[in-house]
Amino acid sequence: MNRSLRPLLATTLIFLFAYLLAVTQQPAMLSTRVLGNFLTDNAFLGIAAVGMTFVILSGGIDLSVGAVIGFTTVLVAVLIMWLHLHPLIAFAIALIVATAFGAVMGAAIHYLKVPSFIVTLAGMFLARGGASVLSPDSIGIEHSFFTAVQKSYILLPGGGRLTVVGMIMLAVFAVAILLAHRTRFGSNVYALGGSETSAALMGVPVARTTISIYALSSFLAGLAGVVFSLYTSAGYSLNALGVELDAIAAVVIGGTLLTGGYGFVAGTFIGVMLQGLVQTYIVFDGTLSSWWTKIVVGVLLFMFILLQRLVFRAAPRRT
Amino acid sequence: MTDTKPVLEARGIVKIFGQHRALDTVDFTANAGEVHALLGENGAGKSTLIKILTGAYQPEAGELLLDGQPIHLRDPLHGQTYGIGTVYQEVNLLPNRSVSENLFLGRQPTRFGMVDHKRIDALARDLLSRYGLDVDVRAELSEYSVAVQQIVAIARAVELSGKVLVLDEPTASLDRNEVQRLFDVVRGLKAKGLAIIFITHFLDQVFELADRVTILRNGRKVATQALDTLNTTDVVRMMLGKDVAFDHHPTALTGGPKGAVRVAFKGLSRKGLSPFDLAVHEGEVVGVAGLLGSGRTEVARLMFGVDPSDGGQITVDGQPVSIRNPAQAVAAGFGFCPEDRKLDGIFGDLSVRENIIIALQAKLGWLKALNRDDQVELAGRYAEALDIRAADHDMPVKLLSGGNQQKVILARWLAIDPSFLILDEPTRGIDVGAHAEIVRTINRLREEGLALFVISSELDEVVAYSNRIVVMRDREMVAELDGDAIASDAIVQAIAGTATEARP
Repeated sequence: MNRSLRPLLATTLIFLFAYLLAVTQQPAMLSTRVLGNFLTDNAFLGIAAVGMTFVILSGGIDLSVGAVIGFTTVLVAVLIMWLHLHPLIAFAIALIVATAFGAVMGAAIHYLKVPSFIVTLAGMFLARGGASVLSPDSIGIEHSFFTAVQKSYILLPGGGRLTVVGMIMLAVFAVAILLAHRTRFGSNVYALGGSETSAALMGVPVARTTISIYALSSFLAGLAGVVFSLYTSAGYSLNALGVELDAIAAVVIGGTLLTGGYGFVAGTFIGVMLQGLVQTYIVFDGTLSSWWTKIVVGVLLFMFILLQRLVFRAAPRRT
Repeated sequence: MTDTKPVLEARGIVKIFGQHRALDTVDFTANAGEVHALLGENGAGKSTLIKILTGAYQPEAGELLLDGQPIHLRDPLHGQTYGIGTVYQEVNLLPNRSVSENLFLGRQPTRFGMVDHKRIDALARDLLSRYGLDVDVRAELSEYSVAVQQIVAIARAVELSGKVLVLDEPTASLDRNEVQRLFDVVRGLKAKGLAIIFITHFLDQVFELADRVTILRNGRKVATQALDTLNTTDVVRMMLGKDVAFDHHPTALTGGPKGAVRVAFKGLSRKGLSPFDLAVHEGEVVGVAGLLGSGRTEVARLMFGVDPSDGGQITVDGQPVSIRNPAQAVAAGFGFCPEDRKLDGIFGDLSVRENIIIALQAKLGWLKALNRDDQVELAGRYAEALDIRAADHDMPVKLLSGGNQQKVILARWLAIDPSFLILDEPTRGIDVGAHAEIVRTINRLREEGLALFVISSELDEVVAYSNRIVVMRDREMVAELDGDAIASDAIVQAIAGTATEARP
């Protein structure tokens, strides 16, 4: 079996096992209602984590994700409430701004040869600071479009609701899976993660690919911000604090190697769901502190890094 | 050679780095259907010439002609579009992707905008079968041996370029069978009319594979000649500009061990290695001959405590010592220059000085730090004694040539005033000139009374410096040759027998 599949398989098994365990404790968790909420509650994290997957696959990291989400919620709120633009136009503007922001970070990483860690750290401060300058206070969004979107959903058998934001996340994952595994861009992303020198010698357009990767990550962070504003009906500069770290955790738990080159977008989905499962269980239980989520995620993360070490060290050789 | 149509031609190439003329009006011609070897010592300009031929560098003067038409190459990718492909020693492919993706990256066939994996796999299987390679093309490249990766790299380069193939030290990390496999592939391509430029420092491989040879020395072309008019001595003489046949010190080496027993190993063993007894005397070099995989390196690692032994005793100057790890070995006065210099030997980013004093500092412990003056003095003394050529002892050691790096490691161990030195392949990957110097250094150390244990796959070399030779086969010491019995033929016979491993 392809060895990069092993961590993904492990994540899937752990998720199924954990879900089973949760259901034996809280039988009510086995319902489409809970599953529907899973998708809705984790939509923004999932979308951001997809972008992070591409970044990590290419051997980089994007620390600006949470800040871009926060910035986007504020920008959307400002455009709708202060400038009275239609939400769809506001979304489009916010997404263009976010994408351009990512492209600039990607260009800085490639042309200035600065590690992505540093560039996106600067991006994080810029976006967070920019959001506070736009509006230090939370701006509530009231618009008929928002209410309409929030009220529309597909009823699942068993009473669960697949909301619009849930559907957006599923669509993002579906497109991203095709993008990663079935397009030349996807191959180039993996190539960069494998070896940038080799990739360049093999004709991979390194500059274009790097810029596209960070533009994609910021575009998806912007989309996550749009989803977040739909989810909370508000724009606030301190929204989504630390979400970049949750996204990184989801990516790694999903079986992507932190040093790049190996991993799957589908794994990230399970990584996000696993985090959501822990959260939901804690809500159902009612007695546990919500910080237990962080502890469980920490333990899982550590386990997966260990697992990857083992899988990739014991590399089998054929002759 | 009936077909001598020049494919790639370089005329009057000049390349200058700073004050230094790396190439001085060099001409070079690669013909269709020939293997053209490019030889030269490190610094002779062969890698500079290759980089100009492939487009990685642009020359200050001179011109490149492809099929008689002048061309200007911006970079290797641009060179590729003209039909000039390169395969490097460290395979420049993607270890994390499948074999078929490595072959088709950048030109994957698509259907409705999506990459068609089935078609790529079929094409890849078809392509590799023409190279006699039947592998699972969907498996990751890193799962295969370097030889297979090398062939995949050649297949990709030929697919993309198809006129000129540059092979830059392709055999450096292959064993004998793999080299043959690679050579078969190269011969096949030659028959198809490709011009192949072959760079290596294995002279026997040049004679085996190449039709013509161009020799560079100090940035100038010495000669381009057909190989059937030359012998090894001619080639070496042209490369070095002087005669450097190894000194076979017959007088110094006869008469057996000189001094008292310095180190004795009794029944030393480890899983997968037969127990062995060996005594090394003062002023004696014990050479080790054997094929790759015969257990040579394992013995060295066992002696130095890199791998702890399962049983047996070690005595130094008659006193029993326990060596379970390298620190104990250093305390006992042992030094070890490992086979893989870059990986296990040098600290590439540290300076020459720091690399030299590091073992001594480790032996002293961290409380007794050597002050800077002592460090400079020590580094200077050993750099001079071993003729380490570095512009400055504060420059990173990775910038030095292989031969000088090896001498830095030697200096490191000499600084602790060792009683016993283990050298594993001290001349591997070192150009011919530095080669002879390392051999001379070994001879000198022996004369100074050091006990040495030297592993080498170069038979002539072992013969040149050993008082005694231990032959290893199948993880066992099978023979010991002494005095007049030391000769290449005798070693070959001892190694033969049931041996099936390949010689590196």
